[in-house]
Amino acid sequence: MDNIVLDVSDVHKSFGGLKALNNINLQVEEGKIHAIIGPNGAGKSTLLNTIIGRLVPDTGSVIFNGRSITGMQPHEINQAGVVRVFQTPEIFPDLTLLQNVMIPAFASKEGPVKFNFFRSLFGEKDVREQAEEVMLDLGLHDQMNRPASDLSRGDKRRLEMAMSLVQNPKLLLLDEPTAGMSRADTNRTIEILQRIKARGKTKVIIEHDMHVVFSLADHISVLAQGAIICSGPPHEVKGNPVVQEAYLGGAHI
Amino acid sequence: MDAFLLQILNGLDKGGAYALIALGLTLVFGTLGVVNFAHGALFMLGAFVAVALQNLLTISKQVRDESVTFFEAYKETPYLEIWLGDTGLAIIDYVVPISIVLAIPVMLLIGFVMERGLIQYFYKRTHAEQILVTFGLAIVLQEIIKAWFGANPIPMAAPDAVSGSAAIGSALGLGDAVVYPWWRLLYLLFTLFIVGAVFAFLNLTTYGMVVRAGMADRETVGLLGINIQKRFTLVFGIAAVVAGLAGVMYTPILPPDYHMGMDFLVLSFVVVVVGGMGSLPGAVAAGFLLGILQSFASMSVVKDVLPGIDQIIIYLVAVVILLVRPRGLMGRKGVMEA
Amino acid sequence: MLMESPRKDYMIMAIFTAVVLTMPLWTAPFGASYPDLLQKFAIYGIFAVGFNLLFGLTGYLSFGHAAFLGVGSYAAVWSFKLLSMNVLPAIVFAILIAALFAVLIGFVSLRRSGIYFSILTLALAQMSYNMAYSVLTPITNGETGLQLEHGDPRVLDFAFGAEETAGLPSTNLFGLEMSGWPGFYFCAVVLILAFFLSLRIFKSPFGLKLRAIKSNQNRMMYTGYNTRPHLLLVFVISGMYAGLAGSLLAVTDPLAGAERMQWTASGEVVLMTILGGAGTLVGPLLGAGLIKYFENIFSAINEGVLHSAFSFLPDFLNDFLTFIVAPFVGEGWHLTLGALFMAVVIFLPGGIMEGIRRLTGLAKRTASHRGGKGSARTGGPAHSAEG
Repeated sequence: MDNIVLDVSDVHKSFGGLKALNNINLQVEEGKIHAIIGPNGAGKSTLLNTIIGRLVPDTGSVIFNGRSITGMQPHEINQAGVVRVFQTPEIFPDLTLLQNVMIPAFASKEGPVKFNFFRSLFGEKDVREQAEEVMLDLGLHDQMNRPASDLSRGDKRRLEMAMSLVQNPKLLLLDEPTAGMSRADTNRTIEILQRIKARGKTKVIIEHDMHVVFSLADHISVLAQGAIICSGPPHEVKGNPVVQEAYLGGAHI
Repeated sequence: MDAFLLQILNGLDKGGAYALIALGLTLVFGTLGVVNFAHGALFMLGAFVAVALQNLLTISKQVRDESVTFFEAYKETPYLEIWLGDTGLAIIDYVVPISIVLAIPVMLLIGFVMERGLIQYFYKRTHAEQILVTFGLAIVLQEIIKAWFGANPIPMAAPDAVSGSAAIGSALGLGDAVVYPWWRLLYLLFTLFIVGAVFAFLNLTTYGMVVRAGMADRETVGLLGINIQKRFTLVFGIAAVVAGLAGVMYTPILPPDYHMGMDFLVLSFVVVVVGGMGSLPGAVAAGFLLGILQSFASMSVVKDVLPGIDQIIIYLVAVVILLVRPRGLMGRKGVMEA
Repeated sequence: MLMESPRKDYMIMAIFTAVVLTMPLWTAPFGASYPDLLQKFAIYGIFAVGFNLLFGLTGYLSFGHAAFLGVGSYAAVWSFKLLSMNVLPAIVFAILIAALFAVLIGFVSLRRSGIYFSILTLALAQMSYNMAYSVLTPITNGETGLQLEHGDPRVLDFAFGAEETAGLPSTNLFGLEMSGWPGFYFCAVVLILAFFLSLRIFKSPFGLKLRAIKSNQNRMMYTGYNTRPHLLLVFVISGMYAGLAGSLLAVTDPLAGAERMQWTASGEVVLMTILGGAGTLVGPLLGAGLIKYFENIFSAINEGVLHSAFSFLPDFLNDFLTFIVAPFVGEGWHLTLGALFMAVVIFLPGGIMEGIRRLTGLAKRTASHRGGKGSARTGGPAHSAEG
């Protein structure tokens, strides 16, 4: 298995006495969509936060592309190619949509620090084109000069997606990308994700919506009470009685 | 050993002033979420309550000086003396203690007016705007005082009965060298009393407990249906009274002038940062600690080695603490870090 | 906006240059057309433009910027004393020293953000002020202030054959004395250069990143940016602007005192910036000009002037108005400043530029209503970079 992109091994994380993550082992293969599901409070968001550097695991390691990113600064992890789409949109409300997308594009182009204070933005055609392309792809093109604070919540989430995609991530982490969306918007998001899946990008999705999970995922891990209780292809997970017991309360999918 | 004790004592009264101002700052931070750059002005206003009262009590008229017999001499005699004789003089002598009684309602009123008239409109605005508007208010207040009372420091005296020094040294069997002005000793006790009273209010009364809960988690307390707003107005008033009383009591130690508020505010902010933003015990402890440190730094033994260290020691300590413990001595995570 | 062609920048610069260089003409009707005052406009304009780079772009509110102004003045006077009365070495030296100083202060205070940052900069500036008054007396000459003296080494001047004169020498630019109109034009040229750099920073990728930091610093970290070096650089640039302004103050009058570093001076530049409009290109200049202009007028007014100004009114009204206005003028100018401070923050947080934008927006809307089109949303650039 040399095509493992993300390798989380033996990760523990406690808050005070509460064990949020208990011995997590997780391998994500290149080019695949890996979904992590589980009931509320199972530790899904904690796991994501541990991967992107918001939290540092107590023990264990996170290896990305053969390199340990455990305990690295968030910006270093991003620069390594791990990009997260936030559940509640984290955008730059005072900037225009185009500027919102250009900022991450600059980060990918220039690295974490660049003092180009005498250079005109006008000279940055490549970055601008890259940003516009992604926005066109996501249907945000027509409002790119509006301030981001004007957007509806759904559009803000699409903007988030654009900000992440423009970085051309090697690993994309999506935290409940369709939570709170209408059926139409959900389908649209699924369609977008399928399209970028075709380009061979690896993704980890945390999701509640089984419709989304089963229409996208190549591999599913089920998290309950801070531990992975089951991991495998969708059909295996679907039929697993342990999962149905822990997660679905015995009901059949 | 004597010198050591003396420096600690000297540091305590300045430290007491820092502690009282920092206590009010922290209370207002924690409950209202407002950074009040006009808090030093409240300290200054308190001092000027005493000055105003002194001016009022000593309104005088020219009276024939009977002790001069060979020509007509006049001297200024306060009306109080003319009307009440020695009692009048005694009242004038006790102007500072009387001011304390007067300052409580006055400062409470000033606090209420400030909070209702200005601060409440800034709860939802950015910290930068809160800083700016209270900074402007501080300038306005100090300029009004300057226009009214002039720019020069105004000497105030402690009552005669406590104008001497306490022979602390001989009382403790350390030799006669250690003497300490009675008033400073009173100031110290007063500070401890006020700090104790504020903590008692917050910890022992239900009213105070709600306020503390509000400091910890404002939204939840709001959701409980408690009118936290009204309590916060009172908290602001209390902070104003604490600062004002510190100002009144400090007048015999340092003649008040219009810019004393800002001088003390900058240091009190440093105290708050060192103590840990949002921590009341931290503010008080850091206030005394830095006061004592400053007092040690102004010993001539120290100044010979490091000239001028007394001027900057507080800032240096703050920088070091900040580099080593970014949240301050007793700071909690996530307080005022927006 | 973001993608305007560079041609618009050249236009802005051309107009700006013309406006600054013709100041002696168009300020004449306001009674402000004399070199000393215009020079003050230019110098405090530079100070405010530099402050705005930090506060306007990143939202980091420094309350200690006057420290850099003071450091710049001291450095310039030392250059006059030790090297030469020529202003160029003085300015370069002042900027370098201010930069060094800004690195130190920035390194410490940028470890925290928000109110912590404001408090730290205030405290560090106050510490510098105290030091200038006491410990550093050998460098700052304490309370008296640092000034020129007979017997200053001035090695460069004497190496080039200058001779000791009876009076103290005056500052010059290769022989051209920096007083009167030449002095103003020198400051004006420096202002134009300083404004140009500010314009470039506003419209650069770096400037965009700074505005993103202001908008959502946390997000910047998860977007792959190490924000602190960016902040430190702009803090240092901003400190260099202040040092430059301080050195120009020394050019107009070669002495430096600690009071230049006091918190009131720091507060003044904050007020200039927010009065004009933080985050806009020309707002800070407007603010600096207005404040220095009114300071000049208000400080000169006393009760006698007020009485004669209100003399057309009946006596009791005259007395009453004089009584009301008197505390705000002359010695009371600071009271006016404080009140203005509060008024701006309460009623017009975006400053004058915001006011202008609202007015033009209103005019447009009324115009379009009349035209019967009634498009509510004017697609105008709702953005701050505009000048």
